[in-house]
Amino acid sequence: MSGQVLELARRSLLQTLRQPALVVPSIVFPLVLVAVTSGGLESATSLPGFPSDSYLDFIIAVPFIQGPLFAMINAGSSLARDVETGFLKRLAMTPMQRAALLIGQLAGVMAVALLSSLVYLAVGFAFGMHMEAGPLGVVALLALAMLIALAFASLGALVGLRSGSGEAVQGFFPLFFVLLFLSSMYLPRPLIEQDWFRTVATYNPVSYLIEGIRSLIVTGWDGEAILLGFGVAAAMAALGVFGAAAALRTRLVRT
Amino acid sequence: MTRFAQVALAVAWRSLHNILTTPAYLLPSLIFPLFFFTAFAGGLSGLGQVPGFDFPSGYTAFQFVFVLLQAAAFGGVFTGFGIAADFERGFASRLLLAAPNRLAILAGYALVGLARTTMVGALLFAVALVTGMRVGGSGVDVVALIALAYLVALAAGLFAAGVAMRTRTIQAGPAMQMPVFLVLFLAPVYVPLDLLSGWLHAVASANPFTPLIETGRDFISGSPAPAGTAYLIAAALVAGFGWWAVRGLRRAEAAG
Repeated sequence: MSGQVLELARRSLLQTLRQPALVVPSIVFPLVLVAVTSGGLESATSLPGFPSDSYLDFIIAVPFIQGPLFAMINAGSSLARDVETGFLKRLAMTPMQRAALLIGQLAGVMAVALLSSLVYLAVGFAFGMHMEAGPLGVVALLALAMLIALAFASLGALVGLRSGSGEAVQGFFPLFFVLLFLSSMYLPRPLIEQDWFRTVATYNPVSYLIEGIRSLIVTGWDGEAILLGFGVAAAMAALGVFGAAAALRTRLVRT
Repeated sequence: MTRFAQVALAVAWRSLHNILTTPAYLLPSLIFPLFFFTAFAGGLSGLGQVPGFDFPSGYTAFQFVFVLLQAAAFGGVFTGFGIAADFERGFASRLLLAAPNRLAILAGYALVGLARTTMVGALLFAVALVTGMRVGGSGVDVVALIALAYLVALAAGLFAAGVAMRTRTIQAGPAMQMPVFLVLFLAPVYVPLDLLSGWLHAVASANPFTPLIETGRDFISGSPAPAGTAYLIAAALVAGFGWWAVRGLRRAEAAG
């Protein structure tokens, strides 16, 4: 099975890397947002209770969530295309293990997500980012970023396999984009003045993903934020992977 | 009615009919400004407490002006998408053949951009007032702000029309969208210009959109400030992009 996974991961990776339009936006757009907001909101660091004296340190967590949103689109669209083109039906005729398709697809998308995360870190450090949790914090951050990427990619795969339509997958992007903006991405939750927005951000799981990554950069080893980050990401990944596996089983029923 | 007006109104009516009867065309231009208003005015509300931030009407009104002008600009950009789609479907080519005065086609599309701005602007005003936005300006100030939004919509629409008529494909969408997006976000979006720092302060100081947004904020808060520069810049943008769009129309004519 590992050979099959490797082959399908290679296919997924090549499919993505051969189309720069799929890779470049997932790296460039989040960094543009960081550049604009870190300059525009630097004065927010003078708010009493703001946890950092550098807004770059605060906002650099966001690309690690925004990048996986693109991974979600890539994974979902790719599997939807496999449904649309009949690739999955042909695959059903082969002795290939069904799980290998999903694992291979997700592995390819995760490889791109890892590359993006390394670029975000490199750009952050180049512009003066300070990692409060030290070198081990970088490892923990990458681990959490990969789990988040798995969560979003598997949710994309679930939508792609269930709907079999690339358009449906694209339609989910704004929903998650909205979740990102209705989170604690710009300010810590205690500093959000509007009660309703703070409530929405508190119930929004994306807040905990951002705060998990952010805590490693800004606070150090904050057990609660890290555990919540890993916990929420793991729960989303479990939902996505099991849902996508079930959808794949349905798609690959031999008739 | 002159033939020019007949063609312009026919083009505008057709495009508006398409927009109003196709939710996929209408909803993004209505929902995204509301979403940005919610995210910025709500999520960043604490910025009103930043030392040096002394906007009299509060942070909601401060953000409202940016979102209104942004919605106006994107109303123009969405019109560019419509022109590109009309070229892809072959409709625009037939229109070029049929219209006695082709500049009227451009005028018709410009009217669509203004109509989009009216719809989204009215919705934004309603939502902002319902959610407690304080308007310190007089009725005249509000009208002046609306006039500024129309000029922004016209300038952005003419820019996008110029791109659409040169490329004649919807794939050029990012070429219409990204420059507008960058100009908008390289301005004092979240805090006043004085509170920006580093490279963004330098870029925002040179950004022609900055005086427009600052003047708009003066209008909503009722702060007496000279508005001539903003209108002069807006008029220059309309004239410049008008020339760009007319040249684009000539290119489309030459391409057949």
